[in-house]
Amino acid sequence: MGQRVLLIEDEPNIIEAISYILSKDGWTVHTHSDGETAMEKVMQGVPDLIILDVMLPGRSGYDILRDLKAQDATADVPVMMLTARGQAKDREMAIGLGATQFMTKPFSNADVLESVRALATP
Amino acid sequence: MISFNLLIFVSLAYVAFLFLVAFAAERRSAQGKTGWLRSSTIYTLSLSIYCTAWTFYGAVGYAARSGLEYLTIYLGPTLVMIGWWWLVRKLVRIGRTQRLTSIADLISSRYGKSTVLGVLVTVLAIVGTTPYIALQLQSVTQSIGVFAASSGETWLPRDLNSAAMWVAVGLAVFTVVFGTRNLDAHERHHGIVLAIAVEAVVKLFALMAVGIFVVWGIAGGVGPTLDLIDASAQSQWNPVSGRWIGLIFVSAGAFLCLPRMFQVLVVENSDERVLGTASWAFPAYLLLMSLFVMPIAVVGLDLMPEGSNPDLFVVTLPLSEGRQGLAILSFLGGFSSATSMVIVATLALATMVSNHIIVPSWLNARTPGAVVSGDVRRVVVISRRISIGVILAFGYIYFRLSGGGTALAVIGLVSFMGVVQVLPAMIGGVFWRGANRWGAGAGLIVGFTVWAWTNFLPSFGIDGAISQAVFEHGPFGIGWLRPQALFGITGMDPFVHALFWSMFLNTTAFMVVSILTFPNPLERLQGAQFVNVFDYSSGARTWSQSAAQAEDLLVMAQRILGGSVAQATFRAEAKSQGKAGFLPDVTPDFIGRLERELSGSVGAATAHAMIGQLTEGTMVSVEDLIAVADETAQIMEYSNELEAKSAEQERTARALLEANEKLTALSIQKDAFLSQISHELRTPMTSIRSFSDILRDSEVEDEARKRFAGIIHEESNRLTRLLDDLLDLGVLESGQVQLNMGQGSLADVLDRAVIASGADTGKLSILRKPGAEAILVQTDLDRLAQVFINLISNAAKYCASETPQLRITVREIDGETVVDFCDNGAGIPKESQSMIFEKFSRLEDEGKAGGAGLGLAICRQIMGALGGDVIYLPGQGGAAFRVTLPKTQALAAQ
Repeated sequence: MGQRVLLIEDEPNIIEAISYILSKDGWTVHTHSDGETAMEKVMQGVPDLIILDVMLPGRSGYDILRDLKAQDATADVPVMMLTARGQAKDREMAIGLGATQFMTKPFSNADVLESVRALATP
Repeated sequence: MISFNLLIFVSLAYVAFLFLVAFAAERRSAQGKTGWLRSSTIYTLSLSIYCTAWTFYGAVGYAARSGLEYLTIYLGPTLVMIGWWWLVRKLVRIGRTQRLTSIADLISSRYGKSTVLGVLVTVLAIVGTTPYIALQLQSVTQSIGVFAASSGETWLPRDLNSAAMWVAVGLAVFTVVFGTRNLDAHERHHGIVLAIAVEAVVKLFALMAVGIFVVWGIAGGVGPTLDLIDASAQSQWNPVSGRWIGLIFVSAGAFLCLPRMFQVLVVENSDERVLGTASWAFPAYLLLMSLFVMPIAVVGLDLMPEGSNPDLFVVTLPLSEGRQGLAILSFLGGFSSATSMVIVATLALATMVSNHIIVPSWLNARTPGAVVSGDVRRVVVISRRISIGVILAFGYIYFRLSGGGTALAVIGLVSFMGVVQVLPAMIGGVFWRGANRWGAGAGLIVGFTVWAWTNFLPSFGIDGAISQAVFEHGPFGIGWLRPQALFGITGMDPFVHALFWSMFLNTTAFMVVSILTFPNPLERLQGAQFVNVFDYSSGARTWSQSAAQAEDLLVMAQRILGGSVAQATFRAEAKSQGKAGFLPDVTPDFIGRLERELSGSVGAATAHAMIGQLTEGTMVSVEDLIAVADETAQIMEYSNELEAKSAEQERTARALLEANEKLTALSIQKDAFLSQISHELRTPMTSIRSFSDILRDSEVEDEARKRFAGIIHEESNRLTRLLDDLLDLGVLESGQVQLNMGQGSLADVLDRAVIASGADTGKLSILRKPGAEAILVQTDLDRLAQVFINLISNAAKYCASETPQLRITVREIDGETVVDFCDNGAGIPKESQSMIFEKFSRLEDEGKAGGAGLGLAICRQIMGALGGDVIYLPGQGGAAFRVTLPKTQALAAQ
């Protein structure tokens, strides 16, 4: 393992929770909490998996997802979207834009772990 | 004498040459260099597959037997190309806009994608064309036989049959290789077209060479030839007018309806501008082809021994004069005529069989909705290859069964009349919107039955397929059903009789049934697009690039969804495919999504009808979809016109529209609000859930455990606050708030607020002027305090200064008491100032402070209820809020 997960999320407590469970599972977790500069952060070192919140300060997660899918370097990186607006259209939007996985808050830690393992292990 | 082996060698070399030509053309077109392959010259030459072995060999035989009547076979197509070019242009335009793949597709597509009609026309075409293919095999075999006989080699009939079989096998291989090489959505085959164009040149050159040799080499010039013709019985101008009109009509109709002609005329046409050239060049070609027919026939009858087959004069005349090279050239001309016809006819029929019989059956046999495009392609290719083999096998079997004895022209005419039965449904379909599938089906069945009874079956001769008794007395003794005297009308020429009754009954059935029955909606739309094709499509356009398809899908989607929505959809799709811009690849997934999008606007049925054309086994025809969209718009226009007739209705409609808009706006607001609440509630719940999972599921060190429990506690409080705020706001907004009016000092209220907000213990220093605060107010003191608490907490949370300060100033302005709260932070950006009092208007970069964005909304509601106001004061350095208390409630403290 030891693969890199980039968590883009603005709620400090949620960052702490996800970082904790993933680190414990053996992942290297990087975090970023601003939408505006998220792409720069990704480009600094393309991770093996991105967990991306929808409602971010500065820039929406959907916009970031579009950018990720439009660039060669990041188009193939699996993206797991997190959103607290658990409506069907949000899921359609995320999947339509190319998200690999979609999770509604609140989530169970077991689900997050399972998805992360499924997405990033070859 | 000529070596028979040399003939075989030359033929094989010629075939190899054709393979090379076709292969080179395919390569060029694969490289995108299709320019001259689509030129008017190639197009005109490809039309010459009208001139088959029948024309090459049979016309001379026809002239020898029936005189000038052979000219009718050339006059029909000439009239069509010169006089009816506008009809051809319409067919070509329809063919391109509808992506038609065959004549069966035209009929099926026009009549609401009717599967039954597609199958019907396909069967008719096969029945009509099989004898014709046999005819080509027969002519090639006969001409080989001539050479075999003249070279003195012993030939058994068995050898002739095996020669025919090898020719058939060779043609099958050629057609499979170049006809099913790549499945082009347009069904265009540059290799085959170029090969038949080359063959067109060879056959014209060969026939003219023989003609020139006959006129100048044998007869001794133009003058003697004309004398010879004048003296012969063949040149007698004694046309039976009925027969002539009938023959011209049949050949004109067959020119449009023959599957192979439709293939080269419409399907292989990639640019309708070439029709301009073809409209004079093709008649010129026919003129050259017919020029020497009569001289060859007359000279042949004059020179050749009694009883020789006039169908073969073109080869036997040069041979008898010892011109072996010319004879071989002539043989190659006939060979070209035969092979080009067989190749294109087989290809056209195979397309029809696979598209209208095999693929639909295969799709039906599968579970609906499980169509995978890759599978369809494989099925189409395989079914087409098998069909090519089977059709050629039919031709060969017919050739064996018929024994090869019939005159070529007779087989040709029977075939022509059979396919012409499609003409009423075709012409009616493109000119008459009232034509429908029931009419077309009735006409086809009636016409075909009458043709079979009066022309096809009798062509096998008396006691062939129909017994002599039936010829004389009718079936079961019913006299008016006699095959050559229907309804008791006798004395007509059998050909004219069959043509008249089959076309008359066909057309009558077609029109009467069309008038008596009603078309279904899809048929109506298709009908409009066929009849008004020039309104729906403009200019000559090609569909070779996939970008163009996506672009036109976009054009259509914009018409239905509106510009921005359509563009956003396409852009999102393109991005998800990793492409920039607005034009994604047209994938099945995307089409599916687009259908769902469209169904939101035009209803599921229409959207499905529009997109559903995909399942017909060919690619989606974009112009179809646009045309349907236009049609929908027209229907809406029409209904608007009806609406305008009644002012009352219009008023009602407008009122409904307004009400609907209001409801929509309200519902959008409500949706946004609920979505926001959902977000605000779920965020703390996420932390609570996640940390409680951690505490429950795993061993956590004490320190971390404490911290996590603290977070859970903190987030639970946040949730509670949020719910309190929501309930509070709900009560305030509904206007049912209970005010608890009382009297108190403003200074006391501010004291309470500072303490309750916790600001007194934090980093924020609060500057007040106690003297000015000594004002007695008459209001709901708790609610006022709540407003102050909110404003002070905001300053505590958001003031970003190193040494945060909040200055609270109480003043009297125009008899009103105002309380200003100004901090020394960055303030609120101008563009956000108008929004901060709205629900959930938390500023983005303040997210970490944890508020839900309800505080200021609540403040405004409270102040509204108290009869005062709270506003943002711009231009004060930091963030500044002014609370105004109404006059009556502010009493000067004694």
